[in-house]
Amino acid sequence: MGLMPDDLILLALCIPLFTAAAIGLASPWPNIREGVTLVGSVLLFITVVALVPHILAGERPILALAEILPGLEISMTVEPLGMLFALVAATLWPINSLYSIGYMRTNNERKQTRFYIFFALALSSVMGIAFAGNLLTLFVFYEVLTLSTYPLVTHAGHQKARDAGRVYLGILISTSIGLLLPAVIWVWYVAGTTDFTAGGILAGHISGPLLTLLAALFIFGIGKAAVMPTHRWLPAAMVAPTPVSALLHAVAVVKAGVFSVVKVVAYIFGLELLQTAPGIEWLLYVACFTVVVASTIALQQDNLKKRLAYSTISQLSYVVMGALILAPLSLVGAALHIAVHAFGKITLFFAAGSIYTASHKTNISQLDGIGRRMPWTMGAFAVGAISMIALPPAAGFLSKWYLLMGASQQEQYIAMGVIILSTLLNAAYFVPIIYSAFLKPENPEHFVEHKESPLPMVVALTVTATATILLFLFPGLALELAKAVGVPVS
Amino acid sequence: MISEHIPALQVVVPLLAAPICFMILNNRMAWLFATLVSWLSFAMAIMLVMEVKDGTVLRYEFGGWAPPWGIEYSVDILNAYVLLIVSGIAAVVFPYSWKSIQKEIPESHYRIYFTAMLLCLAGLLGMTITGDAFNLFVLLEISSLSSYTLISLGRDRRALTASFQYLIMGTIGATFILIGIGLLYALTGTLNMADLAVRIPPLEGSRTLEAAFAFLIVGFGLKLAMFPLHLWLPNAYAFAPSAVSAFIGSTATKVAIYALLRFLFTIFGTKFSFDYMQVHWLLMPLAVVSIMFASIVAVFQDGIKRLLAYSSVAQIGYMLLGISLVNVTGLTGTLLHLFNHALMKGGLFLTLGAVAYQIGNTRVKSVAGLGQAMPFTMGAFVVGALSLIGVPLTVGFISKWYLILATLEKGYWPLTVLILISSLIAVVYTWRIIETAYFQDRPADAPPVSEAPLSLLIPAWTLIAANLYFGINSSLSTELASSAATMLFGGNL
Repeated sequence: MGLMPDDLILLALCIPLFTAAAIGLASPWPNIREGVTLVGSVLLFITVVALVPHILAGERPILALAEILPGLEISMTVEPLGMLFALVAATLWPINSLYSIGYMRTNNERKQTRFYIFFALALSSVMGIAFAGNLLTLFVFYEVLTLSTYPLVTHAGHQKARDAGRVYLGILISTSIGLLLPAVIWVWYVAGTTDFTAGGILAGHISGPLLTLLAALFIFGIGKAAVMPTHRWLPAAMVAPTPVSALLHAVAVVKAGVFSVVKVVAYIFGLELLQTAPGIEWLLYVACFTVVVASTIALQQDNLKKRLAYSTISQLSYVVMGALILAPLSLVGAALHIAVHAFGKITLFFAAGSIYTASHKTNISQLDGIGRRMPWTMGAFAVGAISMIALPPAAGFLSKWYLLMGASQQEQYIAMGVIILSTLLNAAYFVPIIYSAFLKPENPEHFVEHKESPLPMVVALTVTATATILLFLFPGLALELAKAVGVPVS
Repeated sequence: MISEHIPALQVVVPLLAAPICFMILNNRMAWLFATLVSWLSFAMAIMLVMEVKDGTVLRYEFGGWAPPWGIEYSVDILNAYVLLIVSGIAAVVFPYSWKSIQKEIPESHYRIYFTAMLLCLAGLLGMTITGDAFNLFVLLEISSLSSYTLISLGRDRRALTASFQYLIMGTIGATFILIGIGLLYALTGTLNMADLAVRIPPLEGSRTLEAAFAFLIVGFGLKLAMFPLHLWLPNAYAFAPSAVSAFIGSTATKVAIYALLRFLFTIFGTKFSFDYMQVHWLLMPLAVVSIMFASIVAVFQDGIKRLLAYSSVAQIGYMLLGISLVNVTGLTGTLLHLFNHALMKGGLFLTLGAVAYQIGNTRVKSVAGLGQAMPFTMGAFVVGALSLIGVPLTVGFISKWYLILATLEKGYWPLTVLILISSLIAVVYTWRIIETAYFQDRPADAPPVSEAPLSLLIPAWTLIAANLYFGINSSLSTELASSAATMLFGGNL
């Protein structure tokens, strides 16, 4: 294609917007409407892929959109971390759309047009976050993402969904306005810029305990990263239809959170500056605490989606840990884990939705023997689970490897211990599900006559499960991007 | 050349148009005439802004009488900016009025309505543009008296008590202002602002001067609804006709703040006001209390108009806070918020007018199900609410950015926290309405509702769209506000 890279950035932002508009216009004809979603998502995928060679070649295209305050621009740029995140989201959107069509139709969900529109809008803001050129732009799209996913969380419209919506907005808005925004303004105030620059922009402008305070404002202000105690919105959001949980609350939204954390650490603070912050290890310990406690809570959940939600919280904090171990190797692990966890977790959520669609079962205790009725679904589930536990041949192994290496390099033994402990906990809450699904006889109490779920859903979850294994076998591209995170272009 | 006379025409045109409007017996013609006048005022304000943008000061001697004997109008960036706000809101509210008052005001009162609106506009524009302290008082009374009339036109009988309450409080305020101006005259022998500014500094230490200062602060405090002198405001906004709430709510208090700034910075001067009288230590605590108190009270209101009225008291608190920080960034924040708050509150009140037109009232409960029934109206409300909260890409974010930056510059981080907390309270009180509109169904026995007519939607969306436009491209408002703030600290009129 003869398009310049900055045109591609604009396209990546606009394609989901146009898709949303076209979905609205095609509202009376469901087949065309779904066709539009699929075409839009594939176009976005092609656009994002077209950017990859430019980034690998060392280009950092810049696109300025608007100057909202003197010297403060809404501007976009692409660097390896954003590229990786955008690539993950753009790869999974078409697959998720396929899955959504099966899910939404089979379950006769209400207001499907609204659903697809806000889904597309959310993807546009994800692209905005991935390609944000400065903190202000990141903040703007971060808020747009919160607002555009609110109608998806409350999709069902009943009292429970509304309450969940309140928790969702309440935590995400109050942390972002109450902590993240002052942090952004603070950075602007001391550094006179908020541009993301490899190696950071704060060196020489701020030091000592204030530096730690600023870092804490970012870690807790980015509520989407779900570091305890800002994690409550994530389980609440599970009231949404499963495709939303799968793409948004296992991939796009939560990854937008941890992506922002890694981005801020690598491109605003810089590893070297942050290493000088007194007491910075306490933020790392909060992330460690989150990993262990969330896993422990997951262990006690019988509702499958809830268990996956808490598992997500703990996995997210791996990324935060990776950023806060403050070693280049662990940063690679953090970046890699954004991609790796996305493929594994979307597979698990797809499987949960597939089980619900086929059998209307939501609890783990009802799943005895279900593997024989739904071999594809439960097979994919097993792959996803292995990736969560971080065993080869699933991709989860890779990122944990880098995390462990980084932790040992920095002699963060607590972090190493937590990673190992959490691996055991992961095994403890995933292996029994696989065991009872395949090896236990069906429990007549929960007997429902059913088969596999509709074909689009099975295809989608098979694809993501396969991708999880392929990512382990051929990690080249992801690894190359991850290794370039925070490294200045020579 | 007529363009030399624009400073005078800016006030004279609406002032003379008012009696003419009363003589036009055809209601529709009266409306068209008033609308035309409001657009003409807006056009003149734009021309004035263009002329003074580079820092020139236009002086106009009324009747050729040289100041300090004659009345002088003087236009600098600051008052051109306020003229732009007032006439801009008028230019949107006047066309909106026709449809809106049809369900809120008896037909026999239409002419009174348009006449009073024109008088109010003339008074507010005059207060802003005049360079003469006594003239300011006269025009303040013109705008106040007409606004008492306008508020009493509300169809609820409580509008009468609201108007009476405002009359009493407003008159006390105006009297205080008159006493203050009288004392200044006794002390200096002049009423011309530029002249006063020259003669006051040597008088520092005079008890009379201090008394004049105190009377003026309290007087303007009443007119701009500074806590705890805000008691007239919630009733006045809640019971006035929708278009009046929109107009007065987004202009009257702004002009009072302008007048306060003019006295503090230009006439008394920063040295006297802040170094000697230390007035910021009075304004800051009052601002803090009004931000917190009014935001919290807003959460518990059943009527949306009253809720927005309390929110206005809190927003006025932001403006006072910006003044009390005594730095250019803070004052820029205040001035930006004059502009931005006019856009958000104006837009929200116009949106509510459309709701009132369709369902007859604006209680929080009554908007249940309107998200589906009136998508464009409620969509406008959501955008306005986001702007009130201060979400980026809306104007609310721009003013908050400056205010927070100013608190950081001063190192007053508890104020930073305060601004953020009150933004979060704004989420609570606006989201109550949005949730009701989108998640509750309309009661089964309620009559069906449809979308509001375009003659209401277009003006409402004009202001709401301005919230987005100036939130994304704020160069016009930030440039004017920051040069006006710099000028005020520079001290020359």
